[in-house]
Amino acid sequence: MIVSRVARRLGSTMLVLLGVSLLIFLIARVIPGDPARIALGPRATEEQVIQMREVLHLDQPVIIQYGHFLTELMQGDLGISLYTNRPVMTDIAQFLPATLELVLLAGFFMVALGLPLGVLAARYRGGWPDNLIRVITLLTVSAPAFVWAVVLLLMLSYFLPLFPIAGRIHETISIPTVTGFMVIDTLLAGHWRGFVSALHHLFLPAFALSLSGVGQAARLTRSNMIETYDSPYIEMAQSYGFPERRIARSYALKPSLIPSLTIIGLDFAALLGNAFLVENIFAWPGISRYGVGVILQKDLNAIVGTVMIISATFLIANIIVDVLVTLINPRIRYAERSR
Amino acid sequence: MRRTFVILVRNPLSVIGLLLIGFVLFVALFADFISPYPEHAGAVVDFLNANRPPSAEYLLGTDGVGRDQLSRIFHAYRIAIVLGVVVLGISVPIGVLIGLLAGYLEGWVEYILMRIVEVFLSIPPLVLALAIMGVLEPTLVNGMIAVTAMWWPWYARLVYNIVRGEKVEGYVLAAEVIGASVPHILFREILPNCLPAIITKMTLDFGFVILIASSLSFLGLGVQAPTPDLGSMVADGTKYLPDIWWLTVFPGLAILIAVFAFNLVGDVLREVLNPDQ
Repeated sequence: MIVSRVARRLGSTMLVLLGVSLLIFLIARVIPGDPARIALGPRATEEQVIQMREVLHLDQPVIIQYGHFLTELMQGDLGISLYTNRPVMTDIAQFLPATLELVLLAGFFMVALGLPLGVLAARYRGGWPDNLIRVITLLTVSAPAFVWAVVLLLMLSYFLPLFPIAGRIHETISIPTVTGFMVIDTLLAGHWRGFVSALHHLFLPAFALSLSGVGQAARLTRSNMIETYDSPYIEMAQSYGFPERRIARSYALKPSLIPSLTIIGLDFAALLGNAFLVENIFAWPGISRYGVGVILQKDLNAIVGTVMIISATFLIANIIVDVLVTLINPRIRYAERSR
Repeated sequence: MRRTFVILVRNPLSVIGLLLIGFVLFVALFADFISPYPEHAGAVVDFLNANRPPSAEYLLGTDGVGRDQLSRIFHAYRIAIVLGVVVLGISVPIGVLIGLLAGYLEGWVEYILMRIVEVFLSIPPLVLALAIMGVLEPTLVNGMIAVTAMWWPWYARLVYNIVRGEKVEGYVLAAEVIGASVPHILFREILPNCLPAIITKMTLDFGFVILIASSLSFLGLGVQAPTPDLGSMVADGTKYLPDIWWLTVFPGLAILIAVFAFNLVGDVLREVLNPDQ
């Protein structure tokens, strides 16, 4: 039954991705100036430009251009980046793993710190722990990730030299690239010291990236917990005299976590976008520098490709969250079974 | 309305928030009069006083070409406020209208509108704005367009969800039975019940628009020099970390203060106006 749910979600996701491709294609076509001329630079001859226009299908109607774009996309071909002169797919494959590593650890922080903080606040509702957590979480969501990155870098890398300033791994260590995830590659190479160094480098950027998400997750979990606590079945458990700890753990927590998980899936999108801001400060060699570079160069293929891949990553993350929620939520599980 | 106001001025959190909002608005309005060096908002060069640390003369220090940071932050607030007003002023009516239509009218209108909303929501917000800035020239107006384009779908979805719940309520059915027109039902009957949620979200979002706009300009895709902007001030300052720390810390703090102020008020408003959330 999970398979059929995933299949249905994949179907609707494909539809949304098709929409994304159309939207981003239309945005890319609004570009002022001639993409062929921009690609070749000001010194190219008129013939070269005309030839380039044919290569890029710019001489055909927009709808046919979109058709070409879609067919190539289906074949996993995002075109050639005018910025690096390599296939956009190759570029993204090189830069995306570093970003995903950052985003995944940040997502972990979001769950591992945000949920307990929310539970704590709900438990001491109205008391000082609740108010303190409220102010802290409001503060964390009130500054962009790059401000937290600067603050953390100043405090924990410069003032107290606890963490490295930039990079993904200690410069004396070199690890063969297999997956592009430094943490995994060091393990594959059996390089224990490299693994520790990679984690050490990853920690601060991921923490800076996660801060606003931690705040959001905590606030959401708090309000869900409070809502659950007001429901009749908890009152019943309380009137039976069940211990508070047991009520919190076995009855209130799980139903409160389900909506939190769904929203955390959505917040994953924000993490992917905000990674652009954090990578910049920590000189993290992820998709950000590439993305901003291609945007400044008006490199259409690369802009379109980067947005497509990031959106696809986000939609896949949402399907995974949806499956998780199905697994822990009996209401959906049984509804699926009786389908 | 009165009750809401009373609660807002009694809660210490929202009082601090309101005071901070008042401060930011005051500074933005009167930037030219209260800045110690109003001319430093433009392209002024004073290399003799470059990179001065905070002092009595320059309260927040000076930047790489000798401009007073405090004056530049005051003027940057002005642009941030204008941006918030314009972006929300355009995106909220569009989003609300689409949400109302999609929620009330069933069938293909709902289907098409909500699929479009979904497409916009499935591109990470900052990435969508980046893509739009990528094809447009980085100017203040284009920055507003980019942020507006990423903002309206959130209101469409918010209102859509409320309308779906409201349209089966007795008062809507009653209006339908006596033959009220669709615009009347949408704007006179249903919309007033969406307003608390919309107002709460707008208060919170005013801060978040400032945050996203500063993120865009941090990446070099927003307001261009010499116009002062909090995001690009931080970006310029990162090259001089850690020694010349005041170039990044103070503009960063300025963003935090403005966004925090709107969040404080919005958070209390949410409790007052939407008790069920």
